[in-house]
Amino acid sequence: MSLKKHILDLRKRKEQVEMGGGEKAIEKQEAMGKMTARKRILSLLDEGSFTEYDLFVEHEARDFGMDKMQLHGDGVIIGTGTIYGAPICIFAQDFTVAGGSLGLMHARKITKIMDHALKMRVPLIGINDSGGARIQEGVNSLAGYGEIFYRNTLASGVIPQISVILGPCAGGAVYSPALTDFVFVVDQISKMFITGPGVIKSVLGEEISMEDLGGARVHAETTGNAHFFANSEAECLEQIKKLITFIPWNNTKKAKAFPPKPPKEKGHLADIIPADPKQPYDVREVIKGIVDDSDFFEIQAMWAANIVIGFGRLNGETVGFVANQPLVLAGVLDVDSSCKAARFIRFCDSFNIPIVTLEDMPGYLPGVDQEHAGVIRHGAKMLYAYSEATVPKITVILRKAYGGGYIAMNSRHLGADFMFAWPIAEIAVMGPEGAANIIFKKEIDAAENPEEMRQLKVQEYKEKFANPYVAAAKGYIDSVIEPDHTRELLLHAIEVSANKDDHRPAKKHGVPPF
Amino acid sequence: MSEIKNEELVGFAVHTMLYQTKLTKKFANRKPYVAPNPNNIVSVIPGTVVEVNVKVGDVVKAGESIMVLESMKMQNQIAMPHDGKIRTIHVAAGDRIPKHHLMIEVE
Repeated sequence: MSLKKHILDLRKRKEQVEMGGGEKAIEKQEAMGKMTARKRILSLLDEGSFTEYDLFVEHEARDFGMDKMQLHGDGVIIGTGTIYGAPICIFAQDFTVAGGSLGLMHARKITKIMDHALKMRVPLIGINDSGGARIQEGVNSLAGYGEIFYRNTLASGVIPQISVILGPCAGGAVYSPALTDFVFVVDQISKMFITGPGVIKSVLGEEISMEDLGGARVHAETTGNAHFFANSEAECLEQIKKLITFIPWNNTKKAKAFPPKPPKEKGHLADIIPADPKQPYDVREVIKGIVDDSDFFEIQAMWAANIVIGFGRLNGETVGFVANQPLVLAGVLDVDSSCKAARFIRFCDSFNIPIVTLEDMPGYLPGVDQEHAGVIRHGAKMLYAYSEATVPKITVILRKAYGGGYIAMNSRHLGADFMFAWPIAEIAVMGPEGAANIIFKKEIDAAENPEEMRQLKVQEYKEKFANPYVAAAKGYIDSVIEPDHTRELLLHAIEVSANKDDHRPAKKHGVPPF
Repeated sequence: MSEIKNEELVGFAVHTMLYQTKLTKKFANRKPYVAPNPNNIVSVIPGTVVEVNVKVGDVVKAGESIMVLESMKMQNQIAMPHDGKIRTIHVAAGDRIPKHHLMIEVE
């Protein structure tokens, strides 16, 4: 054969394998409103950047008639490419090939690209769309999952890992996404659960639809397993691209800086926040009034909405925001919000992203359900994450900072580098009313008119303690600032901390309250 | 700037302060705590009732099996929590019951 013939032969082979499970299976996939695995990769990556590995891999299973079956690429596509010029490694399970089921060679391809990502120190994106373990391959499938989880864990904190759930992801398969940093889901398409509705019904007698058990909305709103919710696959891919712009390639790099821009929203920050600590406002408006171009990329927007987390830029550099949300549950800390914030803080710390904390919270949520759900150990995650973090840590107390929450929200005592407070800040063990009731109990009880005396004492307490100056007098607050100077001071703080060098005692690893 | 719709706000007490805020679905749907009643025998796991070993009015000693509930392919003997009399039986063999279902009342 001449070289040209060889090339034509290669093209023919490629074309055949690239069809995955064939036209019929592709039609079926598209009828479900889903893109094919190949189309997903090509739509996500920069045009022409995808380089595929292991296209010609074939399985070696012999039992149950598997020897007669040819599974193109063994049901998964792997390779490298770029997103806005940033290199990434990617795998996408191909549901058109044996339902994207995971056999030995399928898993080998995934672990190969994972090893590659870790060695090259570039982000890993995994697109999950699989019926689960390939039962015909028995324990080899289980081995495959285990080897993937192991690598997810080794890569954790070294390279960003992104999981995209674009189809079923059930049983053991769910644990790979759970070990990664960000999970993306799409309404009506993503399904994640350990045991499906069928098993639940036969074993426990409980009836539930797949959507209600483990649909996208459930994971975005109720379980907190998902970080980003989209209404279509196209929207989901755009979200992934946007996330990539905010995060670095690996833990030795900083996220790419963009040209600085002032916030779009020109209103005065002071106008957003009511001075009465009982009145709500949307803290995202404050963040938008601070960050470059008012571009705030929120994470886990639907779960534990009483705390807001996400990325924005200050002077072109990525910053992670953690902010109490007075609009939802008065911005209290509870089990879910503590878990949400703590994990995000650890991500930022792993990947050299400074953390800005905006504080306005009445304390931890009281209640039997919270206590019994373990708010002690979950709440401790916040303390752990903030104390452990060595990236620049900046806090702005916007309004209330009561009780344990004052300590937890990146206080000076947990190692904050900059503590700013607005003049309406109230830093105290509890709200003025509660405090006055306890401190002045004798005087109130003995008074001729207890209610009048109570109001008097509340006022006295308010004047004395419900302000930032007591904490400022002790140096717990560095500066009491005017609200409209907030952005300026944050830019300054980021600039000053560019060379921050802070270390923790050498150890194998800590023992966080998981 | 988006206006906050007042009709969505509710009073929400944290310690002595009453805040105006929205509730999460999870918080709004949470079940209020009820102290357990030792006379109510409640399922701790969903399952199928295999058999009921007692009748109303039976006097039963603590630890004796009063019924069998099959869950997760295991036949679980449900034991009498303390010496007493069976007051009411709410289940029968073959019933599929959810978690926290009141099965038998004793006295």
